[in-house]
Order: sequence, then C-alpha cells, then structure tokens
Amino acid sequence: MNARDPSLFVRLRRRLQRWGAHPEARKYPAADTAITAIPLPPTLTLPLAQHIGAPAQPVVRAGDRVLRGQLIAQGAGKVSAPLHAPTSGTVVGIVDVPVPHPSKLPAPALIIACDGLDEACPAEGADPFTLSPGEIAQRVADAGIVGLGGATFPSAVKLSLGRDQPIPTLILNGGECEPYLSCDDRLMQERAGQVVDGARIILRAIGGERALIGVESNKPAAIAALREAAGGHADVRVVPVPSRYPMGSEKQLIAWLTGREVPSEGRSADIGVMVHNVATAAAIHRAIRHGEPLTSRIVTVAGGTVRTPRNLEVRIGTPISALVAFCGGLTATPTRLVMGGPMMGVAVDSLEIPVIKASGGVLALGPDEVAAPDASAACIRCGACVGACPIGLLPLEIAARIRGDDLPGSAALGLKDCIGCGTCAFVCPSRIPLVQYFNHAKGELAARERDRLRQESIRELVQARAARMEREAREKAEAAARRKAEREKAKAAAARKPEEVSA
Amino acid sequence: MKAVFASPHAHGARPVGQVMLLVMAALVPATFNGFWHFGWPAIFLWLTTILACLLAESLALQVAGRAIRPALADGSAVLTGWLLAISLPPWAPWWIGALGGAFAIIVCKQAFGGLGQNLFNPAMAARVVLLISFPLEMTRWVAPAVFGSVHAPDFLAALDITFGAGIPDALSSATILDYVRSEVSRGVGVGQALDASFKPLASSLGSRAGSLGETGALLLAGGGIFLIATRVIGARIPIGFLLGVAVPAALAHALAPQAYLPPLAHLLTGGVTLGAFFIATDYVTSPSTPLGQWLFGLGCGLLTWIIRSWGAYPEGVAFAILLMNAATPLIDHYTRPRIFGRRRDGRSLSPQES
Ligand code: SF4
Ligand code: SF4
Repeated sequence: MNARDPSLFVRLRRRLQRWGAHPEARKYPAADTAITAIPLPPTLTLPLAQHIGAPAQPVVRAGDRVLRGQLIAQGAGKVSAPLHAPTSGTVVGIVDVPVPHPSKLPAPALIIACDGLDEACPAEGADPFTLSPGEIAQRVADAGIVGLGGATFPSAVKLSLGRDQPIPTLILNGGECEPYLSCDDRLMQERAGQVVDGARIILRAIGGERALIGVESNKPAAIAALREAAGGHADVRVVPVPSRYPMGSEKQLIAWLTGREVPSEGRSADIGVMVHNVATAAAIHRAIRHGEPLTSRIVTVAGGTVRTPRNLEVRIGTPISALVAFCGGLTATPTRLVMGGPMMGVAVDSLEIPVIKASGGVLALGPDEVAAPDASAACIRCGACVGACPIGLLPLEIAARIRGDDLPGSAALGLKDCIGCGTCAFVCPSRIPLVQYFNHAKGELAARERDRLRQESIRELVQARAARMEREAREKAEAAARRKAEREKAKAAAARKPEEVSA
Repeated sequence: MKAVFASPHAHGARPVGQVMLLVMAALVPATFNGFWHFGWPAIFLWLTTILACLLAESLALQVAGRAIRPALADGSAVLTGWLLAISLPPWAPWWIGALGGAFAIIVCKQAFGGLGQNLFNPAMAARVVLLISFPLEMTRWVAPAVFGSVHAPDFLAALDITFGAGIPDALSSATILDYVRSEVSRGVGVGQALDASFKPLASSLGSRAGSLGETGALLLAGGGIFLIATRVIGARIPIGFLLGVAVPAALAHALAPQAYLPPLAHLLTGGVTLGAFFIATDYVTSPSTPLGQWLFGLGCGLLTWIIRSWGAYPEGVAFAILLMNAATPLIDHYTRPRIFGRRRDGRSLSPQES
C-alpha cells in the first residue's frame, strides 16, 4: 500500500460528482480578525467527558491548589483523555453542570476558582525526532489531546494505529466547510509553522511517508501561509480542495485527496490513511515541543446578534458568556445559540455553558439565520436530498421508513452509513427535519441492538449454566460409576486371592 | 422538557411555494402565446380549469379534516390546473376543464394521500381520462385565430363557445399529427403531408391547431431551460425525453422516410416539449435517483414515439408519461445509488477494492 496520487481517471470522476451543498459561507467579519486571547474568567468549568470514550477520573480534591498545566483528571481506560488545569487556582469541587450535548443532560465537571496569577507548572519539551513513535503517542496521550475538529476522539489512540498497520498518508483536515467558522482558517494563517511541524511529528509517530494538508479553496491566505511554512519539507504538501459542504468530512476529504473510499465497515487506516484536524496538529506540536497540555483552543464567535464577531483564544472551561461579552455583547436576543457550526453544531439553552475541547464556534443566530423545520410537511419527492447526500443515500426513502415506524427498513437503506452531515435537510424545500429522524432512528436501533445483545448474553449464560450443571451431573455419575467399578474390581481381586493361595 | 433543535440550524432551499411559482412563471410565455392564438375561449377554459382545481382541493382537504390554507398556498393545485388547461383543446367547453380539474385533484392526487403521494401525474391522468371519456370534445381542434383577426371570436361569442353552444363547425381543424396520420392512411407520403402542414418555426411558435399551450413548443422549451438554469428541475429527464423521441425517429425516418416523421417534426409538434420539461419532470411522479431519471426520461420519449408511430392515437405523450409514472417505484428501487464505502450489492468494500 503506497501513497499514490489519484489517477487522471479519478480526478475526472471527482469533478463530475455533484454531492454536497453550498451554504452561504458567512465567514466574515470574523475571518478577518486576528486570534485574540481573552482575559481569565473568575471560574472555569471542566466537564470530565470532553472526548469520546470513558470520562476522565479526577485526581484532585476540593480545596487543592492547582497550577496551569497540572493534571486534574486522568484518562480512564484505553479510549479516554486526561484533563489539565487551564490556569492556576483552587479546586472548588465536582458538580453536575449543563454541557453542550444534544441530550441536554447535565454531566459532572470540575470547577476551578481562578486566582488570576496564571502560574504554570514546569513543562519540558523535546525534539520529536529523538523520540520513538511510542513515546510521541504517550506524550500526546498525556497532554489530553483530542480531535479538535469536533470529533474529540483521543488523538493518541489514533497515533498508535500506526504500529499495527502501515499508514503511508497523513491528511490534515483544513477544510472548515461549516459556515461562520474561521478558527482553523486563522490558525493556519497565523500559526502555519505549528501546523506543519505538527504534521511532521504525526508522520514520525505513525511512520507515514507524506502529509497532505487539504484546505478549501476559499481560504487563499491560509493556503499561502501553509505553503510557505511547508517550503523546506518535501513530505508535506498543501492541496486546495473545492469549497463545498461537507468537504471537511473525513471520508469525503480522503476520497477527494486520494481517490479511495473508506470501507463502510472499516476505518481509514485500512486504506493507509489517517486524518487529523489542523488544530489538533498544532496542539500536538505544542505538546511535544513545549510540553504544553491542551488547555485552550481557538473559538469563532459569530452570528447575526453578536456585536463584533471575532476569533478568540480561550481557556477550556470558560463560560460562553465571557466570550460573547468580549465581543461587545449581543445586539438582540438570539433566536438560537449554537456550539459548533450551523450544520452539525449543538443548540444550547444558556450562555453559562463552558467552552470544551470540541467547541470551535459559539453562534448567536438571529431569526433570519435559523432554519424552521416543519415536521408535518409532505415530501414532494424532489430528489434534492438524493443529489446532495455525500454518501449516496436516499434520505427521502429512509425518512419515509422512519415516519412509517419501519426501522429495520431504514437500516436496510443504509442509515448506519449516514454521517449526520445535514446536507439533505439543508437542501430540502419542504424543510423536513431529516437529520432529526435519522438521529432518532439511529438511537432507537442502537438501543434495540444493545437489548438484543443483552438478551443473547443472558441466553448464553443460561445455556452455559445448564451445560455446566449437566456436565457436573455427568461427571458425578461417571465418578460414581468409576468408584463402583473400582470397588468391584477390588472385591473380585479379593475373591481371587485365596484361589491363588490355594493354587 | 426543553425544546430540542436538531441540526442543521441553517437552511438553504427554496420553499415549495416558490418552486411552484417559478414553474408557473416558466409557463407564462407559452400560455400567453396560447391566449394570443386562440383568444377568449382559451382564457375562459384556463380560468375554469384552475378554479376547479382550487375548489376541488379545498373540498378534499375539508373532507379529510386538514388545514386548507397552507395546502392551497403551496400552489400545487393551481399548477396542476394550469398544466391540465394548456394541454386541452383551447375551445373545449367549460365542463371539460371543470371535470378534468376536479378529477385531477380529487381522484389523482388527494385520493392517494395528497401532495407527494400520488403515483400518476394528475394533469396527465385527467387528460387521458377526458380523452377516453369524451373523445369528441377532446379532439375538436381549431385553427389559430389571432386576437383581432376576422375569425377571432369577440368576448360574447367566446362566452358562447366555452359556456354555451360550442365550436361552430366551420372553424374546426386538425392537428399536424392528426393530419399526417390521416393523410398517410389515405396513401399520401409523410413528406408530402408534412410539407402541407408543418412549418418548423411558425408551427413551433403557435401557428397551428393544437392544445391551448402546447403549440408554443419553442416557448415551452425556453421556459424549461429557464427552470433548468434556476435548478428547479434537473436536466436528465428532459434530455432523456427528447433523445428518446429523436433518436428512434431519426433512425426510422432514415430507413423509411415516407412512413415515419422526421425527428424535428416529432419534437416540435404535439406535447413533447410540454411533457419533457413540465410534466415528466414532476417531482412526485418521477424517479429521484440520477440513473432512474435518465431511464425515466428515455422511456417517456421512446414510448411517445412508439405510440405516435404505431399506436391507436396520433399523440402519445400523456400515455407515455403515465406508463412511466407507473414504473417509477420500480425504477427507483433498482437504480439506488451505490453507498459510499460499499459495493453495489450493499456489502462493505474491502481495503483492496476501495
Ligand atoms: S445527514 Fe446522512 S443522509 Fe443526510 S446528507 Fe448527510 S449523510 Fe446523507
Ligand atoms: S429534499 Fe425533502 S422534499 Fe425533496 S425529496 Fe428529499 S425529503 Fe423529499
């Protein structure tokens, strides 16, 4: 499996493909603003589950004083990530707080009262090219780095995949195809060196041959900055990709850049590709070179009701009210608050929700920026959703099955392959809440599957117990028979002996 | 429970009502051309048919106990009436339009469950039912009588034509397809019959006997191209339709020029342009998969040509579209796109294949 460029045929074919949509970008004025750090808030709220996998386990207690960068909760298990104090202060305790999650259920979080000194604990960087791949992965794991594009999968888990199979191609995702968001754009412009160095560190960790940085063509400044930073490195290449939603989806970006599709029941490593977000690469650079754990991120604050939209560098755990206040506050009550982008972000109810590792955007949207889905609308079968789906699904048919309560039918049409990108709902003239249907059905199907597995394991347990009892009974009977036989043999021997004597 | 707003939070499509408005806008030139050539009776018939559709829709919604206003506001009933009206003989009596409109809405649309549920295009289904039930009224064509010309009926005479005594016998005429077919059956060659009746440019701008709006074939095509350009409809079905008619017509005409019409005559007469751009592209009754749309368009065209060439009727567009409508669920089923990361048969790609 070598790192190859797509053939001419693949290039032609991908030009003919018409999936996706072109939502209004609305990246300005925020995209023109340089990244600005905001002042420390009085308290930070750090949910223990900011990543995919098991929640982190606190290693500090109420009353403890902590320093910036100090471990406050450690990863629990193979897929997990630790948390570090974003500034110095005192641990207040662990409380259940609202978090940006679609379920809207509160989750436990560590609260830190900041002391304003921002005292750091000593950190030590290293030259990645003197470290072994395993050591790089370990340091990335210890730094609490997760996918910053929103997926929040622990990055170190991905890095160690390189040990099991060859992964010649690293792709850095600089797509940022969500409207409004420009945090990655600014990062690539202002810290291109960190991104390129991060790419080279990852290449070393996975034993890759080349890194492709895919950037949507609507970010010429980012492309130019990255090209300059990558100048001396033959193994890093910046490749512009068309601006089209969802080009920043992992599968779509891989397909565009390499011409290969990630198998539906596989992962990208199976075809020799690994994808990391550009911000993740920059975080890896800082973790390895400077020993800095992940305690801050760049957030785009935008939307029609924000007075001065801009890009901010924010400590994890800062309430979004502080971000909004730094942007001059709101001009009107927003119709909807969204964490993340407008296509896949999560609607939240309050400004007191904290920024977490996944938060690339805080959007305060006005009435004319928000979709009003209509659950009672009829599908006019226009087929717009079919043409738009990047996965080649038939959203209208899947939704019809779900509306008719035929969940197995929806699964048979490929619901499991749906990446939830929302392109179908975006282009639907009837404004049918397609993604809402799909999420509901996916949840329901997963619950049924869990239920089935539980039933199965119970049945297996019962069967195993019956088999064990049967085996034990048989063994008992056999043992009894053996003893009986021995007794009889002994008796017979005893009966024979006198004859021998007499003989 | 707090309200849950599912993503996406943005929306970027024209609402349904706007889609319907654009389709109507695209119909305006051909319709006005029809009014110009066929005068007041055409206007009366057009109004009657649309009104009948609106009334029928309100009635059906009332009976079903559903909200009337939003359903009427989406414009689909008006559009159905409009499409039916321009496919009728322009001087047909009012009750043809009224009956057809009511039938289209009540039987062909609402009985199936309303917008989005019907199998057959309501306008074409109504047209065919009218043709079968009232063959006389549905085949009484008139030669164009441009507004203000000697033959053009004035307002009162027009009222009498649409709502009263009907068409004065002296004025009836035949469509090009009718004429050619009867000439050919008398032993006259296609070429000669066509020369006598078909002038490509004039004929396709409305100077011929025919349905209210269909005679402006070039105007309809223009409207259709406008709809493709504004992305209201896709290009696959119309292109497929036109090719489906033109390719077999060209082959047959090349082999037997005296027995088969040339492709241009096929494309510019009858309802081919109306069908290809406005009827076959009806979202509800056509396939939603890309490959399915090609097949559907080609099928409509081919069937049209077959019916015109060998069928019992001189015109075949409506029948062809209805037949393909019936096949649509099947086409959709067998032309599902390949899912990303999977093979055609639905199994996951292996790393080597992908
Ligand atoms: S949300 Fe799912 S069905 Fe809709 S476009 Fe995206 S992948 Fe396709
Ligand atoms: S886009 Fe909406 S209305 Fe059109 S086919 Fe899909 S679900 Fe139906």
